[in-house]
Amino acid sequence: MARRLPKKDVVIIGLGWTGSLLAHELTDAGLEVVAIERGPWRDTSTDFSPTQDPDELRYGVRLDLFLRPAQETFTLRHNTGQNALPIRWPGAFIVGNGVGGAGVHWNGHTWRFLESDFVLKSHLSQRYGAGAMPEDMQVEDWGITYNDLEPYYDKFEYISGTSGRAGNIKGQLQPGGNPFEGPRSRGYPLPPLKDTAPTALFAKTANEMGYHAFPRPAGNASEAYVNPLGIAMGPCTYCGFCERFGCGNYSKASPQANVLPVLMRKSNFSVRTESEVLHINKDASGTRATGVTFVDTSGQEWEQPADIVLVCAYGLHNVRMMLLSGIGTPYDPKTGEGTVGRNYAYQSAGAAGLLFEGKRFNPFVGAGSLGQCIDDFNGDNFDHTGLGFFGGASITTSNYHGRPIASSANRAPGAPAWGSAWKKQVSSTYQNSSAVAGQGSVYSYRDKYLDLDPVYKDRYGRPLLRMTFDWHENEKKMTRFIAQKCAEIGKAMGAKHVTPRSIPDHFNVVPYQSTHNTGGAIMGSDPKRSAVNRYLQSWDVHNVFVVGASAFPQNAGYNPTGTVGALALMAADAIRNEYLKNPGPLVQA
Amino acid sequence: MTRALSLKTIALGLALTGGSTAALSTVALADGQDFVTIEKGQYLATAGDCISCHTAPGGKPFAGGRGIMTPFGVIYTPNITPDRETGIGAWTADQFVASMQHGVGKDGELLYPAFPYPFYTKVKRDDLVAIKAYLDTLDPVRSEAKPNGLPFPLNIRTALMGWNMLFFTPGEFKPDPAKSEEFNRGAYLVEGLAHCGACHTPKNMLGGDKSDKVLAGGVLDEWTAPNLGGDLRTGLGGWSTADIVEYLKTGRNAKSAASGPMAEVVYYSTQHMTDADLKAMAVYLKERAPSPAVPAPKPVPAEDPVMKAGLAVYQDNCSACHVSNGQGIARLFPDLKGSAVVQADEVETLVRIVVQGTRAAATKTAPTGPGMPAFDWKLNDVQTAALLTYIRNAWGNAAAPVTADQVKSIRGRLTDTAATP
Amino acid sequence: MAGLPNDPLISRRTLLASTAAAALVGATFGSARGVKARMLSGEVPWAPGMATPPEPLVPNGWLYFTPEESRAVEAIVERLIPGDDLGPSGKDAGCAVFIDRQMAGPYGGAERLYMRPPFVNNASPLFGPQSQLTPAQQYRVALKALDAYCKANHGGKGFANLPGEDRDKVLAAMEKGEPNFEGFGSRPFFNLVLQNTMEGFFADPIYGGNRDMAGWKLIGFPGARYDYRDFIDTVTEPYTLPPVSLMGRAGWTPGR
Repeated sequence: MARRLPKKDVVIIGLGWTGSLLAHELTDAGLEVVAIERGPWRDTSTDFSPTQDPDELRYGVRLDLFLRPAQETFTLRHNTGQNALPIRWPGAFIVGNGVGGAGVHWNGHTWRFLESDFVLKSHLSQRYGAGAMPEDMQVEDWGITYNDLEPYYDKFEYISGTSGRAGNIKGQLQPGGNPFEGPRSRGYPLPPLKDTAPTALFAKTANEMGYHAFPRPAGNASEAYVNPLGIAMGPCTYCGFCERFGCGNYSKASPQANVLPVLMRKSNFSVRTESEVLHINKDASGTRATGVTFVDTSGQEWEQPADIVLVCAYGLHNVRMMLLSGIGTPYDPKTGEGTVGRNYAYQSAGAAGLLFEGKRFNPFVGAGSLGQCIDDFNGDNFDHTGLGFFGGASITTSNYHGRPIASSANRAPGAPAWGSAWKKQVSSTYQNSSAVAGQGSVYSYRDKYLDLDPVYKDRYGRPLLRMTFDWHENEKKMTRFIAQKCAEIGKAMGAKHVTPRSIPDHFNVVPYQSTHNTGGAIMGSDPKRSAVNRYLQSWDVHNVFVVGASAFPQNAGYNPTGTVGALALMAADAIRNEYLKNPGPLVQA
Repeated sequence: MTRALSLKTIALGLALTGGSTAALSTVALADGQDFVTIEKGQYLATAGDCISCHTAPGGKPFAGGRGIMTPFGVIYTPNITPDRETGIGAWTADQFVASMQHGVGKDGELLYPAFPYPFYTKVKRDDLVAIKAYLDTLDPVRSEAKPNGLPFPLNIRTALMGWNMLFFTPGEFKPDPAKSEEFNRGAYLVEGLAHCGACHTPKNMLGGDKSDKVLAGGVLDEWTAPNLGGDLRTGLGGWSTADIVEYLKTGRNAKSAASGPMAEVVYYSTQHMTDADLKAMAVYLKERAPSPAVPAPKPVPAEDPVMKAGLAVYQDNCSACHVSNGQGIARLFPDLKGSAVVQADEVETLVRIVVQGTRAAATKTAPTGPGMPAFDWKLNDVQTAALLTYIRNAWGNAAAPVTADQVKSIRGRLTDTAATP
Repeated sequence: MAGLPNDPLISRRTLLASTAAAALVGATFGSARGVKARMLSGEVPWAPGMATPPEPLVPNGWLYFTPEESRAVEAIVERLIPGDDLGPSGKDAGCAVFIDRQMAGPYGGAERLYMRPPFVNNASPLFGPQSQLTPAQQYRVALKALDAYCKANHGGKGFANLPGEDRDKVLAAMEKGEPNFEGFGSRPFFNLVLQNTMEGFFADPIYGGNRDMAGWKLIGFPGARYDYRDFIDTVTEPYTLPPVSLMGRAGWTPGR
């Protein structure tokens, strides 16, 4: 029997980027806020300090900071005709856990999506004709425009201390920046990171080929910085331990580095760690949430009543929480009706592996987001007429780590994986490997969706989230196109071996690909085709807001965190300035 | 007898005055609540950092019970909330003033000088009355005082009479007419309520201040309180008044950051003080006649094997924050080059923060509170000593080398330090 | 950790912080490690000595493998990474010890894996490992099968007793999944051992492999470092500082 706790104004499920940003904004508005986080408390000097952080086995391979499948995992099937199987150990994607969430162990890529990404359906219909898209493609407009989100992109970049070079300030193109980006109100708070040999080579080559190279926007501080909350960051030391690691010297953007020092000290904020929300509770009408029920480490269940429930877990977990709590109508791929679970999408990689000769790249010198990019083949920045696909990718040469266990797999095509011959070439491949890689879009399809698994359960007996997903022809063609472009650049960079890679026939959960799962609780302007409105407010239960990449109607050719942070700040603004005055639906259905 | 006399004087003084402050405050004295005085008292209580010592870890503010480590044993602070039985609610203003200025309790019993009355004696009576008026507005908390852990004969309070005769000079602060008003205000605060010398003045064998070494640096509870004199190497010589003000206001400046007991001082006290008072304190510290500087030793040469090992430890562990040139990152990671704590004769703070780690003060204006990790599981005594010898003698620094035995001995004495929020 | 003082106070603090890590290990609530849900408010938690250091290595002997198994694993890692003029073999670099310690710990026990039924045999490898055996059990079963396979095909000799070239032939066959191993396939087992051997050869030496940082020296990785600001402007030059483990290097001690 759940014991009841004193009521709060706001309960937040999960204390990662979105949870901490919303908590900061809403406590500033004077609300009493409690966050419930199923993972542990973590902080810079005690959990990822330089004394312990550069430990590839512990963090990079055994995934110490991540959600363990023993706690919760997902099941996967390629189509509705299969029985889904559980992902028993993370492969294709690795999900965060604990205070700070994925904000602790991300690389720091802090992108804005393209203007056309937010109005994708109308944009493609307008440019190529309504019938140009594949029949089962289910892309949508977001219900907001880039300009609506711009102030919040800006705010997130300044809170998190993004390093980069603007390409478009108020419509004026800026030399050395991304000419395809939407207009920004001002430049980045910090200049770009330094280059390493392969990234500089990529930029030079790409520009010579007529493309438009620019430094990747990085949540790795290129200089010491103080954010608008007064919190200080140190400069990045290029240690190469970002991805899968926390940052030990306050230079990678994270809730710990950029928000929690202020948030945690507020008297109207508290967090319960090692406490897992089981479900959101609703009143008898079913149109209002009354709070959440969570379980602590002793197995005791608690009810936390609240006026507002913010679902701020990982995107896939947001969808599962809605399904477990009966908020919104589950999506049915047969009829195309229902909204929760609809428009699941992912990220796709078209790339070229590069192996040079006689180089000394010293790849261990790097930073999570250190890279040079081109956007010439992203989104609809290029004419898709006659290509047979839509979408594209940001194309990058990065230098984000030289972790030796991971790098031991680098080898020339056909070279052995073990024995004397492997040993002879491993030191050379370590110093000569690089890549040109596309971070590609994945569009949504009628038959790719999320629901609850009928067989596999978590440790509390709740159904796991079931993913029904496989690659579609559009993305296969697109990644082959991108891989070809990557290979052309790689050859021009002078690599001896260039190995184009596109997505395979079927989705494989084993090799790591991307943790950018999107959709399932998408935003939009039509309650029949979206689960939340433009303020991420549930259409069905107005005091529930669902914040994260779960709101993306389809995925763009970028990493999601910049957009996720901006959406969280936009939702916070709507709650502070609109919802509190008049609690109810912010958009009339 | 001195004591008895002065007590009488005070009683007389009280009887005669409503005093000059009273003239001011009667205006606001409407229904027994003098808000002007109370607000002033609150500010002064903050400047005196009463809350720090009079709050037990996790306890109610001002309810006492915090153990103060003295060289002679633990002394637990009393409850100063207005609870009539266990606090000071039943105390008259006179009794309160007497305790602050003369180190006597409600019934005239002598108090241990862990309670820094040798400083508070300099505080003006009006100011003390205001503090009492403020304390009377707190929520009364019932909390019995814990018995102190002092050995004989120190547990006999009359032994304190002798101590007072030796080390205690009662009397309110006397401004120096040759100096500016600002200097005198600073002196009044530093020597009085702020009781900086309680940590920063070295103590003799009996725990009395070494009167020839006022603010020349001390050691308390295995923390080194640095020299506040003008020495460039071990004192405030390299700090401008603006540096001092910024440090006290925000907990850090371009050169350093407050941690340990000083983090508490900044967190509970100085960050809340007015810029004018902080500037006055800084002006006083910079302008007062300091004790003579200790000549710098010859630095340990870089080719010394200990220095080489220290450099290796530093490169592999420390440069990520403090930078290879030792200069850190302004307002985030302290500058070790030219640092007074790094070059101080006493190395308690250095050993402590390498072994246990530490966290800088987080303040309203500088909320980061960066932490230094603990190295106890990673560096042994020999390596720690080599590292400390290195940072004390690199980049133009010069100080005596640190031995593994010193590290071992300090490590063995370390206790927890209450952390600021 | 040998030679480091063991201050009970510090240990206690360390333990407090480690509950975070332990919480993740505990697969069920109320885990034996005594993790407690926490309510944090008004402060950023911190205490002197709080840290989450890596688990110290248990020295000497085999913790999981039987003497026979350990000989077989040594014989495997010695061929996956042979000793030559480039450096020591996987065996001499401690890869077998590394694997043994891993099997004895949470990894070998599949503590972090989703291990709930039903387990589906013969699933497509696209869905990832579906075995109900823990990694430690996989080694036990597969090493037994390997022994039987070698004895049947190589004149009664177990794997460890085969000459190097024959061991290579067996391993090459396993890599292709040719030998039929009962209980756990020869190909998934080969992949597991190869993965674990590379982990041992290139992980920090605190885990028992990569002795004298042989793996890191082979490729030019300078180890557990955290600051390349002074180097990035000349990044294609040789890096001059020696590799360092999380627990240090010889240069940290005067005179060494």
